[in-house]
Parts: sequence; C-alpha cells; structure tokens
Amino acid sequence: MSETIEIRWHGRGGQGTVTAAKVLADACLSGGKNVQAFPEYGPERAGAPLRAYNRISTKPLRIHAPVTNPNIVVVVDATLLDSIDVTEGAPDDAIFVINTVRSPEEIRKKLGLKDTQKVYTVDASKIALETIGRPLPNSCMLGALAKATGIVDLQTLLDDVKGSFGSKFSEKIIAANLEATRRGYEEVKEG
Amino acid sequence: MGKKLAVTGNQAVATAMKQINPDVCAAYPITPQTEIMQRFASFVSDGEVDTELITVESEHSAMSACIGAAAAGGRVMTATSSQGLALMWEMLYIASGMRLPIVMPVVNRALSAPINIHGDHSDSMGARDSGWIQLYSENAQEAYDNVIQAVRIGEHENVRLPVMVCMDGFIISHSIESMEFLPDEVVKEFVGEYKPLYSLLDVDNPVTYGPLVLPDYYMEFKRQQHEAMGNVKEVVLEVAKEFEKVSGRSYGLFEEYRLDDAEVIIVILNSAAGTAKDVVDQYRDKGVKVGLLKPRLFRPFPYKEVAEALSGAKVVAVLDRADSFGGFGPVYMEVASALTTNGARPLMLNRIYGLGGRDFMPEHAETVIEELKRVLDSGKIEKQKDYLGVRE
Repeated sequence: MSETIEIRWHGRGGQGTVTAAKVLADACLSGGKNVQAFPEYGPERAGAPLRAYNRISTKPLRIHAPVTNPNIVVVVDATLLDSIDVTEGAPDDAIFVINTVRSPEEIRKKLGLKDTQKVYTVDASKIALETIGRPLPNSCMLGALAKATGIVDLQTLLDDVKGSFGSKFSEKIIAANLEATRRGYEEVKEG
Repeated sequence: MGKKLAVTGNQAVATAMKQINPDVCAAYPITPQTEIMQRFASFVSDGEVDTELITVESEHSAMSACIGAAAAGGRVMTATSSQGLALMWEMLYIASGMRLPIVMPVVNRALSAPINIHGDHSDSMGARDSGWIQLYSENAQEAYDNVIQAVRIGEHENVRLPVMVCMDGFIISHSIESMEFLPDEVVKEFVGEYKPLYSLLDVDNPVTYGPLVLPDYYMEFKRQQHEAMGNVKEVVLEVAKEFEKVSGRSYGLFEEYRLDDAEVIIVILNSAAGTAKDVVDQYRDKGVKVGLLKPRLFRPFPYKEVAEALSGAKVVAVLDRADSFGGFGPVYMEVASALTTNGARPLMLNRIYGLGGRDFMPEHAETVIEELKRVLDSGKIEKQKDYLGVRE
C-alpha cells in the first residue's frame, strides 16, 4: 500500500462511527504511524447519515481536507447502501468493508464494483447484539477492518478498544466490545 | 522526550493550559465557548491545577475578570471563539492598553449573520488592531507549542502585552491528529514563575490602572504600546530558540516553505497552509518554481522580514480566510504593505477562501498555482481580488 492510507467511514448518528475512527487512529498511532481522525462536520443527529475520515501515514500529515479518494471505505450501516453512493471517488484498488447480512458477491454486484476492487462483509449488527446486546456495530467493524486491510494488528487494536472506554464503563461492557472486535476480525468474509 | 498522542486541537490546548497552571482563568461556560474550557474546568474540578476558575455571565465579563485578575498580579488565561471574541471587543483594548499579559487561545470561527459555527478567521482578524499579539497555528502541535511560548512572550519585561493564539475551528479544534506533548515539568520550568511588575495587590507600592488620560498624554500611552509591539519580534525569536532546546521543534516569525528560487509564491496561514504545502511539493516535482510563506506572528506583522523573504518573487497570491467587504483580505493588506518598500515588486493577487468552514481542498491550491503560472507568463492580472470555490 502507498505511504498514506485514506479511509472513509459511512454510518448513522449514534452508531459510534466517529468513535471507531478515533479508536483506529489510536491503534495506528500505537503502531508507530502518523494519524488523523475527523468527522464531516455538520448538524449531528441520531440516525442521520454521517461520514468520518482517517488518514494513516508513515509521513507527517499536513493535509487538512476531507478524504475524497478513499483507499478503504467502511460502511457501518447497510441501509446507507440504498441512499448514498459509497463508491464515490474510490480508486480501482479500493477496499470496501461492509456491515451487512449479505454475501460479498451480492454486495459487489449491488455496488457495481470493479474486479480490481475488494469487498469484505460482516454481519456486525448481529454480532453486536450477541455480544454487547445493543446494535452498536462499531467495535465489530474495527475488527473486520483490521483483518481486511492489515493496517493494524489485532492485539494492538484490542488494547486501544479497551483503552477507549477509560474508567467510565463496566468490565462487562468492555469485555463485550473486545469480543465483538475479535469476532469481526474472525468472521469477516472476503469476496 | 515527550509523549506522542492522537488528540483534538482543543485537547492539545487544554493540556497546555493545564501544564502552564495559570493563577486565574475566567470564562463564559456556554457556547460559543469551546471544549478547551470544558476540559480545563475538569482539570480544575479534579484538582490537577491550582487555578481559580471564574465562570461569568458573558464573554465581555470573562475578559473583564481576566483584566482584574491580571492587574492584581496573577498569571491569567481564558479561551474564546467567534461571537465570544466579538463580544469581548471592548475589553480587548483595555487589556492591551493596561499592558496585561493575558494569554487567550482563540478557536477561529465565523461571525454571524447568517449563523455559522465553522472555521473562518473573521473573529481574530477583526481584533487585529486591538493591541494584542497574535500567533497563528497550522495544527494541534503548533497550537500547543504556541500557547506555551505565548506565556513567555506576553510576560517578557520588554513586551507585557496580551497574546491570542489562533487555530482553525473544527478543522483543528475538533479533529484528531498525532502530536507530541512535553513532560509537565518541562513546561513548568519553561514558563517559570510569573513576576508581575506592577501588582494592584502590592499595597506598599500603589499603582493606578486605567486612569483618565486626556489629550495631553493619551497619545504617549498609545505610542508606548506601539514601542512595546516593536520589541515583540525579537522576544518571539528568543523564546522560540529556547523552546527548540526543550522540544526539538523550531519556530520563526513565519515559515518559509521552498521559497529559495521560487518565482511564484502563496501566502497562507493556519490549517490550509498544510494542504497547500502538499500541493507545492507536487508542482515542485513538475519543475514549477513555487513556494509558500506561512505567517505565524501576525501582530506585530514582520513587514521587513516578509519583504525580504518575498524579494525574489515575481507573482504572489495571498489567500485569506476572512474578508474585508469593499477592501482586500487582512493578510493581503499586510503583505502588500510589506512590499511597498521593495524596489522590484511582484504582481499580487488576493484570493478569499474557506469562509464559514468551506473546505480548502488541494484542488483550490492547484487553481491558485495554475493562475500564478499564467500571470507569470502573461504579466497580466485579470482579477486582483477574487473568491475560491464559490458559486457565481
């Protein structure tokens, strides 16, 4: 991969998408990279579509502008696939990581992806319900992203997911999120 | 060395304030106040600083309380943004006129109307004549470093003036970036203990602050403020040198980026300068002699030094994230003034960009460089002042 990796996250307000971008930044920083994490700023409403961005680089990052040609696209909410063009600006070698019940082949067809573009799917909402007990797919999507792209190793990611909860949450909630992250890593499917 | 963390600009500045540990901090605790104060208030509640935090009913009162505390001899800080800075306007002049070295981070955001909360330099540029020193910061690291240096600059005995440290709203204040913090004890030692020259609380040596001064002496006071500003450049460089020793990061009055042999130059400050530098590199790779000058110290403006740095330029584009309706952008006006003393002057363009948080994309920098190339070839400017990325 090139020296700077750009990621675009698509989610809905309240799903923890911006938090996921922040945790990924922390994990990549722990891995010795320069990082950026920022949402698309606008009115923040629960359920409204939002975008968040990451840049991960071996070089110091100077650019301060939204990502327009993402190497990696993460879709945290499958319902967005019907309303937003998540492929916009994605280069020919882009990687898509999608939270959906559907198979990578179905998603590839639905999005009209090129053969050179890769697609990974994981049923993160189901995993979140089974582990955390609430439909918060962000931890699971981080695990899936780590496996699909290799930008961070699982243990570093788990450490930073744990760190992101600080002292505000119970051991049970933290353990559930770590399990969701691990299952996302293990259950993501390539197609 | 310090610790590298991924933080927002607000976190970076709040941490600098914690490490500085001022005596008094007065702030209006509601929007347009920033997360800087929210975080700093937590440090106060958690006993991590000794600061007396005074929460007041308006930004005007916040600056008033800062003035009182600074005149009493305290090391005083506050933070503000946008409409908050606008409401402080009257008191800004009193802080500088009384020569009180208050340090105030400003998160640059637009002014209403229409209502907009996003990144824009209209707030601090409107305060450029208020007698405050102004430092501008490209990213969270620079904002953190500038806040720490601002304490030493403002309190220097040859200066004793308040300092604003500006960074872009949202683009820097709310975005997470990796940066390096200095250890607490290094900052503590760097800023040292504040020794006020004339404290109101020193009853053995009574002084008056803010007396009535009629036409017989008012002008001498104002002239002294200008003299004090005249000492700032030297102090900024002296403090930067010492800061480099503890941090390894070097600062000047402005940053010169690939200016050697540059025929066409972009002048731009704060976060968009980073984006533009990447584009300058792309054009340099193609053999275009383009460079960039990023102002850091905007008040006092280093006219002579900027003129020298731009002496080889044939065409200069000054980009402003604030406008003067019916006039040129504020950075343009300073750069144009600086160049009046140069024998061979470059052709100059002013481009207004990014008002109200509109993104400054690499394509905007490309548009400017392409235009600079055209002007270089033709020797003709079509529009001296224009707007980037705006609907016509």
